[in-house]
Amino acid sequence: MTTQRIKFYQTGTYTAGNRLLDDEARTVQSRPDRTNSLNSGHRACQGCGEALGARYAIDAAMRAAHKRLIAINATGCLEVFSSPYPESAWQIPWMHSLFGNAPAVASGVAAALRAKGHDDVKVVAQGGDGATVDIGFGCLSGMFERNDEVLYICYDNEAYMNTGIQRSGATPPFARTNTTQAVGEAPGNLLGTGKNVPRIAMAHGIPYVATASVADLHDLEAKVATAMGMKGARYIHIHVPCPLGWGSDPAHTMKVARMAVESGLFPLFEARAGRVVDRTKIRRKVSVERYLELQTRFKHLFEPCRNDEAIAAIQAIADEHVATYGLLESEGL
Amino acid sequence: MRAQIEGSQAVAEAVVLCRPEVIAAYPISPQTHIVERLSRMVKGGEVGRCQYLNVESEFGALSVLIGASAAGARTYTATTSQGLLFMAEAVYNAAGLGLPIVMTIANRAVGAPINIWNDHSDSMALRDAGWIQLYAETCQEAADLHLQAFRLAEELSCPVMVCMDGYILTHAYEPIDLPDQSEVDSFLPPFSPVQVLDPSDPISIGAMVGPEAFTEVKYLAHRQHLRALTLVPDIADSFEQQFHRESGGLYRAYRMTDADTVIIALGSVIGTIKDTVDELRDEGIAIGCLKVGCYRPFPAMQLRAVLESVTRVIVVEKDLAVGIGGIVSADVRMALNGLPIPVHTVIAGLGGRSISAESLKHMVRDARAERLSEPYFLDLNMRVVDEELARRQEERQAGPLAEQLIRAVKAIGTKVV
Repeated sequence: MTTQRIKFYQTGTYTAGNRLLDDEARTVQSRPDRTNSLNSGHRACQGCGEALGARYAIDAAMRAAHKRLIAINATGCLEVFSSPYPESAWQIPWMHSLFGNAPAVASGVAAALRAKGHDDVKVVAQGGDGATVDIGFGCLSGMFERNDEVLYICYDNEAYMNTGIQRSGATPPFARTNTTQAVGEAPGNLLGTGKNVPRIAMAHGIPYVATASVADLHDLEAKVATAMGMKGARYIHIHVPCPLGWGSDPAHTMKVARMAVESGLFPLFEARAGRVVDRTKIRRKVSVERYLELQTRFKHLFEPCRNDEAIAAIQAIADEHVATYGLLESEGL
Repeated sequence: MRAQIEGSQAVAEAVVLCRPEVIAAYPISPQTHIVERLSRMVKGGEVGRCQYLNVESEFGALSVLIGASAAGARTYTATTSQGLLFMAEAVYNAAGLGLPIVMTIANRAVGAPINIWNDHSDSMALRDAGWIQLYAETCQEAADLHLQAFRLAEELSCPVMVCMDGYILTHAYEPIDLPDQSEVDSFLPPFSPVQVLDPSDPISIGAMVGPEAFTEVKYLAHRQHLRALTLVPDIADSFEQQFHRESGGLYRAYRMTDADTVIIALGSVIGTIKDTVDELRDEGIAIGCLKVGCYRPFPAMQLRAVLESVTRVIVVEKDLAVGIGGIVSADVRMALNGLPIPVHTVIAGLGGRSISAESLKHMVRDARAERLSEPYFLDLNMRVVDEELARRQEERQAGPLAEQLIRAVKAIGTKVV
């Protein structure tokens, strides 16, 4: 096997590049023996956060499972861009059934493996926010409460992007989508709607729940590895910017994701058995405006005239997260 | 072993004899006795390493089996009525993926109005989903069909529904022969899947197919389905050789020799129809009966061959295609296309209404006198219908229909049986 020197140029972050780390601390993705589970050549858009998140997550899961992994995929962007017949970007056993049943299909795979005594093989299910928080929610909750041997990964890009940017239960307040347009008295998505599925997952008392972001891929991989090392139902909710749906520059995917984390809008935390046990502190808090202004889905909050009330409401959500998860505190939770 | 047991218990015992590996089910009457028994046997350690999953919906139940079957397990569920419709998307998906899942349908009406009693509206609604559909006449046949269904499903890589009339069969106690495990093992080989999710040999299942190949995929599924027309009778024959009783098959003819009139039906009503045929034969009427045991694929050529010399056909069906009439009769007409044989549609037994020999005899006499309306609703209470129509004529805000009809039926004192 040949090794290749990989250079990381990450500016404006505190992240240490892999080249500065010793071998064991480097990411799975930086290793020559990574699986390339989701191989190159797929049809995701430029700057797709979901493709990035899935590549890191599934390769990390493969490493943790010693390459004994089966992946189940809900209908959505990830499924469509990775498997247009007769091509498939998947180098692992992979199945797509329906939009709303990935958690149940994964439970079935896990049950079959148990029945057959294939205890070394692990199961991951994955889907977008629509598949997870909306149409597949019943099956997801069932998989959770039965504590089935499945790691479910949600790639949250905050709307139905595959069908052309429509609102989901994960769409943030004020965001413009094609079914919450920037018109009328309350432009964009309504404040006070939507659901927090990581918290709902925690309420099931499952062994492990975590949020992650493509802004911190080290952390993302580590959480996948942690989850893979545990038994029962596990849930990881990954924030993945969608340049197309969010109206952000494809070159800014990492920046947008990082602003979501550093503003407090998308808190990174881990929970075990229903209790938050760790969180990633914000090292340099930014205002939500820094996040919002990168995306045309929030343009109506700034033009033609600035909507101070709406921006303040979004800032209040971020501040609430900071307080709830202790994102600025030096110690404890 | 011969025992006096409930139809549901017999089916559960038969399923266990087939060594299922994953069972997932959601409770709905009248399917519950089957899955309760199975869950008990699995929990009691009587079914090897079989896993029983209590799921959150019928959609979840079949989805679990889709995953389990793709991972190489022999899988089973049971449902009915609203439950079958709730899982409809997964029903099509399982067939499209070519997964040999076996599912019992404890046939029940579909609401609204909500009704838990028997008819065939549920399985008929999913008749074209790509599943093979077998209909049981008796509890014994319901049990036997499960042994045949697993073999059929796995040989064709195609899911199979075993349809048995809710309550009439699921809750009936009859003397039933259940074979030994060793006999079943020699009849049903272990499941050897044509595709399996395996880390040692990674494949993608369920990829997107565009217009360039979708027609060919569907055509091949159709071809594969039609193979059941050969395999169903073959498996029924081999079942008969091994277990020494007739069960299954594409169709069964009863007193068809020289018959000018033939009644076609599916399921348990065949028993009543056979009795009616006997009584009418005693009166000198040349009548016979044809049970359709395999409804999908539809044995059109086979039925045409046995019906081509009859004078008339009456299809008694427990379903209604609103806006057109019969479902089974439309298929029978297609089978007899070009032959000068009138096919009458008789809608009967909806929502659990009893089908009596007396009513069937009236029906036959009316058909022979060419007095049957098309479609003909057996035992329709026209007085109640006319009253309600008149009331609706007078009043725009007539209120909920079902509730009004119940009141009307009671007011008139008609017994609904």
